[in-house]
Amino acid sequence: MPESAIVLNAAAIQRALTRIAHEITERNEGGADVVLVGIQRGGVPLAEKLAALLAGIWGGAVSSGSLDVSMHRDDLDQRAAPNIHPTVIPFDVTGKTVVLVDDVLFSGRTIRAAMDTLNDFGRPKNIQLAVLIDRGHRELPVKADFVGKNVPTSLAEKVRVRVGEAGVEDEVVLERP
Amino acid sequence: MSWQRQHLLDIESLTAEEILTVLDTARAFKAVGERAIKKVPALRGKTVVNLFIEPSTRTRTSFELSEQRLSADIINFTAEASSLKKGETLKDTAKNLEALNIDFIVIRHSAAGAAHFLARVLNAHVINAGDGAHEHPTQALLDAFTIRERKGKIEGLNVTILGDILFSRVARSNIWALTKLGAKVTLCGPATLVPRTFEEMGCRVTHHLDDALRDADIIHLLRIQHERQRKSMFPSINEYTQLFGLNKARLAQTKPDSLVMHPGPINRGVEIDSDIADSDRSLILEQVTNGIAVRMAVLFLVNGGKGPQEIAAS
Repeated sequence: MPESAIVLNAAAIQRALTRIAHEITERNEGGADVVLVGIQRGGVPLAEKLAALLAGIWGGAVSSGSLDVSMHRDDLDQRAAPNIHPTVIPFDVTGKTVVLVDDVLFSGRTIRAAMDTLNDFGRPKNIQLAVLIDRGHRELPVKADFVGKNVPTSLAEKVRVRVGEAGVEDEVVLERP
Repeated sequence: MSWQRQHLLDIESLTAEEILTVLDTARAFKAVGERAIKKVPALRGKTVVNLFIEPSTRTRTSFELSEQRLSADIINFTAEASSLKKGETLKDTAKNLEALNIDFIVIRHSAAGAAHFLARVLNAHVINAGDGAHEHPTQALLDAFTIRERKGKIEGLNVTILGDILFSRVARSNIWALTKLGAKVTLCGPATLVPRTFEEMGCRVTHHLDDALRDADIIHLLRIQHERQRKSMFPSINEYTQLFGLNKARLAQTKPDSLVMHPGPINRGVEIDSDIADSDRSLILEQVTNGIAVRMAVLFLVNGGKGPQEIAAS
């Protein structure tokens, strides 16, 4: 039976997202040309929540999309073919400030793939990265601009993020084998 | 994830879930084809050989474009240019290709079972692009994709396949795919080309066109394959058109939302009226567009799963 500990509960997740929203506001004054793109799957509900928070701060709708990075991964021939989820970017990213949103930052490979995927849609003015959890163990020179919580982990541990699922409380859990 | 296969050899051995996995994956690849940059690096550094021992233009170009959009490197072999003309066996040709460290072989061959044979003797991923009168799996998958996209579902639909069933690998693959996905399949054509034995595959067989068309949601036409036929299968092309050709009067008697499909190449004025082929009831060109997405999905899926452990073990 794996041991597990709650890292963030629903209220703490909400507080972390609110803080990230304010940090995004600080970095991008006025919010003109800021769009959010959630990475499938964990980043998508977080991007939607952040977009709603930012819309409250800036007083106008903030666009949010979703990005599937499977086709740009570097480990495609090392594992079973992944399920592909929809990529929906209903706006032009060229010239925009794109805030990529993911649930957990780990090796950094997903973010590398996400930036490559994004380039197929246009040329953003700049790309920033927001993650709910940074668990360390980077394999690439990737750094998040906005972090909900830094959680030191061992490689054997798993971080499970549950946000926006029907019928269950939002939470982040650290599982030890 | 419901796809663990290294090859795509036929539809017969696939489960409904595996077929749906291909269709769902293809939907994502169709979106790639609509982007400004229509290329993804999923097969970067992989080499694909298109081994087309039997002539083919549309399937080969469709595969080529799919491979290019996945960033693969491509070698094309045709019957005329290959050493098979000089007497080399298929196995030797394939072994020679494998010695070049290729990753995928897409094979079209006039002998049924050619793709299965290669999958047994090679380590490369094998994709069947049509083997004799046996199967043409990617065609059936793109047809199923097209039907699902236009009708929203496949289960419960009445699909009539009309024409030269006996010599058609497209028909066989389609029958497998559609019956597995819950469609009711009716076969129709001259008795010599649509024998009753097909009822064993779970279809209805009729030799009366009106009976076959009445309840059809999808009318799937097949070309008369002159190259595979003996002359005695039916008296004349003209008589075939009279009895089984799809014309406006016949289409008018079907359901108002019935749709017409054809794997191509079409023979205008033989199995299909020219006006119908160009009408908004025709899905023929959508089938061509969807062929790219489906073939990209198949290449993408068979590429997965070969983990470092498996490579080390083989």
